[in-house]
Amino acid sequence: MKTEQNKLKTLWQLFVATFLLSAFTFGGGFVIVSLMKKKFVEELGWLEEDEMLDITAIAQSSPGPIPINASVILGYRMCGIVGSLVAILGTALPPMIIISVISVFYTQFRTNRIIATALQVMRAGVAAVICDVVINLAQKVVQTRRALYILLMAAAFVGKVILGLDAMVVILCCLVVGLIDLAYEQKCKTRKELS
Amino acid sequence: MRILLQLFFAFIQVGLFSVGGGYAAIPLIQNQIVDIHGLMTLPEFTDLITIAEMTPGPISINSATFVGMRLAGIPGVLLCTLGCILPSFCICLALAHFYYKYRSFSGVQTVLSALRPAVVALIASAGLSILLLAIAPSGLAQSALADIHWVEVLVFLGALYLLRKRHPSAIAVIFGSGVVGTAAYALLGVL
Repeated sequence: MKTEQNKLKTLWQLFVATFLLSAFTFGGGFVIVSLMKKKFVEELGWLEEDEMLDITAIAQSSPGPIPINASVILGYRMCGIVGSLVAILGTALPPMIIISVISVFYTQFRTNRIIATALQVMRAGVAAVICDVVINLAQKVVQTRRALYILLMAAAFVGKVILGLDAMVVILCCLVVGLIDLAYEQKCKTRKELS
Repeated sequence: MRILLQLFFAFIQVGLFSVGGGYAAIPLIQNQIVDIHGLMTLPEFTDLITIAEMTPGPISINSATFVGMRLAGIPGVLLCTLGCILPSFCICLALAHFYYKYRSFSGVQTVLSALRPAVVALIASAGLSILLLAIAPSGLAQSALADIHWVEVLVFLGALYLLRKRHPSAIAVIFGSGVVGTAAYALLGVL
């Protein structure tokens, strides 16, 4: 059993982590998800790697902003519904504050060269973090030594980058492959039991 | 009061029907705010998208906040964001509950195992597009070698090297990149 104080500490860490991630993340949902992986799996050790990938798949397949979806699931995992609410607050607050301020001065903001440059260079930093996370994750997939998984990873990448398929379509296709794999596994099992 | 309710319900629909992240939400927001309710003009809306992409945070939350602030001040911000988040919260809470209830079943594991490599590939593709946006903002096809932003290339390589060797925190790397890169541009006399 967690003591009350531990729970409060976890909630506070959850809030700070989601707040900072949201405040420094540019671009689409997968960007923040790879940062969440680095933070919650590698830095805090709260989740397993597989769990974070499952959360990503669920967040991507549900309606609504991916970072919010991921926060809901992550928060629920850590501290139930209260955790969800805290994680949402952490994720939603930075853009609400930043944009509220900017919307008042938005012409000045758009034409400021120092801000534009800093934001542009920070993208290179974000790309490096994602690249680091992808190297770790891809290594794990290769280490399963299952040709099916390595092939799925390569096919999904080609499908998304070269054929321009929607992320949703890629996930649905792999879901179908997973179901076929499951059916095949069951068939092998019953055959073994029979013989 | 009426506009607040209008905004709230408009963004509930955006939250409910935008499957697949930020870029999927943009046409829905345009439809609700510009086409149906006529609350903003198209040029205003284009500015909004530019700013939502330039600033950190999820694009749909950024847009909700911007629209809310321009049209109804702070109460607008709160209601637009709430509307945008509410469907996500209900649906994902239910999904999270089922996921943690059934995830230890071996059949569920088999299916999830096939999804994980795909998610890795999708993350890689997101990383690739943001890298291209950083080093060649005008697009790779037209950009000659001269259009490549070498400062960004160096920042990317330096940051990646540090991440692999020293494992610093992600926030430190992103913030550091901004500072180092801006300083580099200032030294080069471009700023």
